[in-house]
Amino acid sequence: MKWFDYAVPQSLAETTHLLSTHPRARPLAGGTDLLVQLRSGAKVTGLVVDVKYVPELNDLSYAPTRGLTLGAAVPCCRIRSDQAVRQAYPALGEVASLLGGTQIQNRASIGGNLCNAAPSADSAPLLIVLRATCRLAGPVGTREIPVEDFCTGPGQSALQSGELLVSFHLPPPPSHFGACYLRFTPRNEMDIAVAGAGAGVELENGTFRSARIALSAVAPTPLFVREAGNWLAGKPANAESINTAAEIAKAAAKPITDMRGTAEYRRHLCAVLTRRALEAAVRRAKEARA
Amino acid sequence: MKTDDYVVVGTRPIRHDGADKVTGRALFGADLQLSGLLDGYVLRSPHAHARIRRIDVSKALAFPGVKAVVTAADLPQCPDRLVDYGEGPMRLRHLRGNILAGDKVLYKGHAVAAVAATSRHVAEEAAGLIEVDYEILPCTLTVVEAMREGAPLLHDDLRTVEFGEETGSVSNVAEHFRHVLGNADQGFAEADVIVEREFHTVTVHQGYLEPQAATALWNNDGRVHIWCSIQGAFWARDAISLILGLPPSRVKVTPMEVGGAFGGKIRVYVEPVAALLSKKAGRPVRIVMPRRDVFEATGPTPGSYTTVKMGARTDGRITAAQAYMAYEAGAYPGAMVGFGAICVFAPYDIPNVVIDGFDVVVNKPSTAPYRAPGATQAAFAAESVVDELAERLGIDPIEFRLKNAAKEGTRRADGPKYPRIGCLEVLEAMKTHPHYTAPLGGPNRGRGVAVGFWFNFTFPASCTISVNADGTVGLIEGSTDLSGTRTSIAMQAAEVLGICAGDVNPTVADTDSIGYTGVTAGSHTTFDSGWAAYEAARDVIRQMKERAALLWGLDPTSIEFAGGAFRAGERALTFKELCARMDETGGPIIGRATVKPASTGGSFAGNIVDVEVDPETGKVSILRITSVQDAGKAIHPGCVEGQMQGGAAQGVGWALNEEYFMGPEGTMLNSSLLDYRTPTSADLPMIETLIVEVPNPDHPFGVRGVGEAPIVAPPAAVANAINRAVGVRLQRLPMNPPAVMEAIWKKKG
Amino acid sequence: MTHTLTRVRTTINGEAVEFLCEPRQSLLECLRDILGLTGTKEGCNDGNCGACTVIMDGRIVNSCLVLGVEVEGREIITIEGIAQGGRLHPLQRAFLEDMAVQCGFCTPGFIVAVKSLLDQDANPSEEQIRQWLANNLCRCTGYDKIIHAIRQAAAEMQEVKV
Repeated sequence: MKWFDYAVPQSLAETTHLLSTHPRARPLAGGTDLLVQLRSGAKVTGLVVDVKYVPELNDLSYAPTRGLTLGAAVPCCRIRSDQAVRQAYPALGEVASLLGGTQIQNRASIGGNLCNAAPSADSAPLLIVLRATCRLAGPVGTREIPVEDFCTGPGQSALQSGELLVSFHLPPPPSHFGACYLRFTPRNEMDIAVAGAGAGVELENGTFRSARIALSAVAPTPLFVREAGNWLAGKPANAESINTAAEIAKAAAKPITDMRGTAEYRRHLCAVLTRRALEAAVRRAKEARA
Repeated sequence: MKTDDYVVVGTRPIRHDGADKVTGRALFGADLQLSGLLDGYVLRSPHAHARIRRIDVSKALAFPGVKAVVTAADLPQCPDRLVDYGEGPMRLRHLRGNILAGDKVLYKGHAVAAVAATSRHVAEEAAGLIEVDYEILPCTLTVVEAMREGAPLLHDDLRTVEFGEETGSVSNVAEHFRHVLGNADQGFAEADVIVEREFHTVTVHQGYLEPQAATALWNNDGRVHIWCSIQGAFWARDAISLILGLPPSRVKVTPMEVGGAFGGKIRVYVEPVAALLSKKAGRPVRIVMPRRDVFEATGPTPGSYTTVKMGARTDGRITAAQAYMAYEAGAYPGAMVGFGAICVFAPYDIPNVVIDGFDVVVNKPSTAPYRAPGATQAAFAAESVVDELAERLGIDPIEFRLKNAAKEGTRRADGPKYPRIGCLEVLEAMKTHPHYTAPLGGPNRGRGVAVGFWFNFTFPASCTISVNADGTVGLIEGSTDLSGTRTSIAMQAAEVLGICAGDVNPTVADTDSIGYTGVTAGSHTTFDSGWAAYEAARDVIRQMKERAALLWGLDPTSIEFAGGAFRAGERALTFKELCARMDETGGPIIGRATVKPASTGGSFAGNIVDVEVDPETGKVSILRITSVQDAGKAIHPGCVEGQMQGGAAQGVGWALNEEYFMGPEGTMLNSSLLDYRTPTSADLPMIETLIVEVPNPDHPFGVRGVGEAPIVAPPAAVANAINRAVGVRLQRLPMNPPAVMEAIWKKKG
Repeated sequence: MTHTLTRVRTTINGEAVEFLCEPRQSLLECLRDILGLTGTKEGCNDGNCGACTVIMDGRIVNSCLVLGVEVEGREIITIEGIAQGGRLHPLQRAFLEDMAVQCGFCTPGFIVAVKSLLDQDANPSEEQIRQWLANNLCRCTGYDKIIHAIRQAAAEMQEVKV
């Protein structure tokens, strides 16, 4: 690994200043992706900016009326064990338990998972179906974008030069809402998704009031399949509608063939996982409080 | 000394190295700290096949902190010859060529140059400044491709040896051999059912957790001292001295604790490079392989293409068997296909057999043994066909195997006639194990069985035992300890001496401190070094009888030693009591022995595996697995179970998810422990074990080596279980989810 | 090229420690190469094997994925800090008694990881143990005897408490 300097800013302003004045600066949260990439030479840097001491990036707060604010550097272990997350967004706690093993979860953040912008990022489909938005801060101010617009290609994101992902905002879950993210991996743990599917559904008298479906690892970016959710709205929550939505998701997938699986296999998995995720989301929505 | 009244043998004492291992004190390959220590880094080829036109190291040498740079030009040029360290003969030029590439690189990861510097970061950065001008050549990556007419040739001087004779024709096929028993054509003509199938396996890695690591000091007196993580200190010494052009007496190898090896740490890789760097730098140099290099540049085990044809009569007797086995050697000859040919039909008494074996070079790392090298690929093929035959004949798969099981007197196709073996006993134990008849408890579940054989090696071994006045002994041996063999060796001495295992203090010595001892491989260590310890202990007893005789004024032949005491008539002295009188009876006592046993006694092992297949994703879950093995005599049953469980786990990994995923240009795309998917704790159930003991008549305690046989059967057992779960027979490893899914799709049409 | 080293003040195994390191050096490198604590092992250097597991502020981390400079002001426990006052931790004893060690290279990482588990949950189920340890690879044992040892140690530790 080539020499780099290290900075520990204490404020957001200091952070964005460092990032915008050092063109090759890299923010460090848990380091579980960054340090691996620096070591392999996949990324280079002259300055590592440790963002873990910036208050806004460490915020994890929930209010029933406002929803959840999740700082970009909050490690998965905090998310996983947070009472409010477990009650209001159980699927988010599950995703925090999916990223790597225990050691990784004690360091890795959802923000880092998204900033790494891998097509296989497990947190992305779930954040999309939870209607999460990203708050970005840069030298010229802050802006908000939906999670589905954050990744722009493998390893590429909407972050401008000098800009930083500060936090996510998740709206309060509607009544009779359920969500689930499922991924498929050959190993049961410590693996990269061959394909993944997230589903979020709102039920009303046995029909879908709304639904959102998003996929991972089957396109250059995490893929929001808006049309599948739209199609479900107003349909009865039964096997037939779920299967049709799963087929729509499958049709939307644009997977490649690589060492994790063929395009055909991945498309097939999209249908299977979407169906299973929808079934689980529906079960949860039925159990959810009004 | 064969008896069931052993006091120490068969018990489970705590390992002598245990406290060091659980506290972090044990020193492994990378743990040595020396003053002035430099870090080395090896620059490796980015191409699978290329000619090296020029190497310019000037920028690296000028980089601040760099103390030395070496290339193949720094290796002494000595005349080529055949050398043999027991894995079969190898050309010295190939041995040397794998250390640092000469005019050609033969695989991606082939070492090209190395740098020693004040830190590993500096060394790595400087290595990046070395300019290598490559002429890229077309590469050949699989055995099937490499055997084709017109395939790119790795070596323009590799002449195929056919049936033991050099043919003069240059190709990628290093050797073609054949074993014949009876008349296969006639045997097939007698068969009522014939099954013939084609099998593929891909390159897999031993996956030891500790990367290769070596520290070398080329001293000012011209002596070289190397501390390394290696399976055999003496083999390493001999190989290093050959490569460096030094007499073996100038090289001393101190074996460090070894963090897993499984055959992958027999050959040397970074050791000679560290020595060359040390010579130039005048300081000790340590090289620790990055994990990527462990995958790309050590010795994984061969991928293979095998066809197996077997015929049987309706009465369940196998009449003939035929195998065509082509294994990938990697960059240099030595695919261990000969071992596979020994094992392929070894569990069976088959009158008519023909086996063809091909050792084929490809542009991948030079392969190395991996736990029963060559046997697992062979058993995957043969045991799948055996299972299909049983299915076609409507005979229970264990019953079918029992009907044909090899026993004492059975002749194997490669020549030998079996002495007393435990194949039948292992199969009987599998049949009566509760697992075999337990309900499966759900849909898409299936139970598979398979059996495997490993013949076990024998190597020379040495041992000395020094007696302490307090009745304890120090035991020095030369077998590096990969898994607790210090203890299984010490136990055999303790049994003879009539003391407890804890009263023996075993040490694995360096090459200057003990007699020649073979590599810890071939499941020989507890067998051979244990035998040496047994003999050294007997030597101690013999000398102590003389001391007792002196004390009592008797002839030594009148002294008996039994139950831990020396006796003559009414007189008795315990071992401890007599030790206390050592000084007055002539001073220190040292027992010593060297052994070179001629035969080993092979080991059979079998598995029962329950799987559940997700028919929508193709994912296979292992629900239950039982390993049964003939250990001859289990010296330390806990260690034996550990070997069985470890072999089963590796076998399951090989069966389901492990593979070298190669890009078209010969780049391994998954050279990390994330993407090379060895089983995690979340992927395996508990692993049940059942030790069968059919004593080996050729060992004082009846020991059979146990380390390797347990990996042989699992992939076939898993394949057979998958078939019973969802009705598809997979003939390609790994049987990962996409492969199983594809097979299910194909079946459905 | 003059690079300044960074001074780091931290607590390791209960003792205040100060060292100088390069920002690019991982905690693992600092422990092994600067502080001489070689019980923590490097198996992959990319967070996938768990051999370098240490406890940082009460949570297990892969020390290869932590920079040395990041541990300023933190509390680190390594394998060298598990046995107390010359006495093995019940886990270490159980690993010995149940033959949960084969080559021993992964063992420090396992013991550190499991100590942290048992600190949180005195009686974990087999499934919880397997889940917790998924980041700790062992190639020798098939995990069977490790799981046995952990359950035995947990039972023993609970008995002592009662």
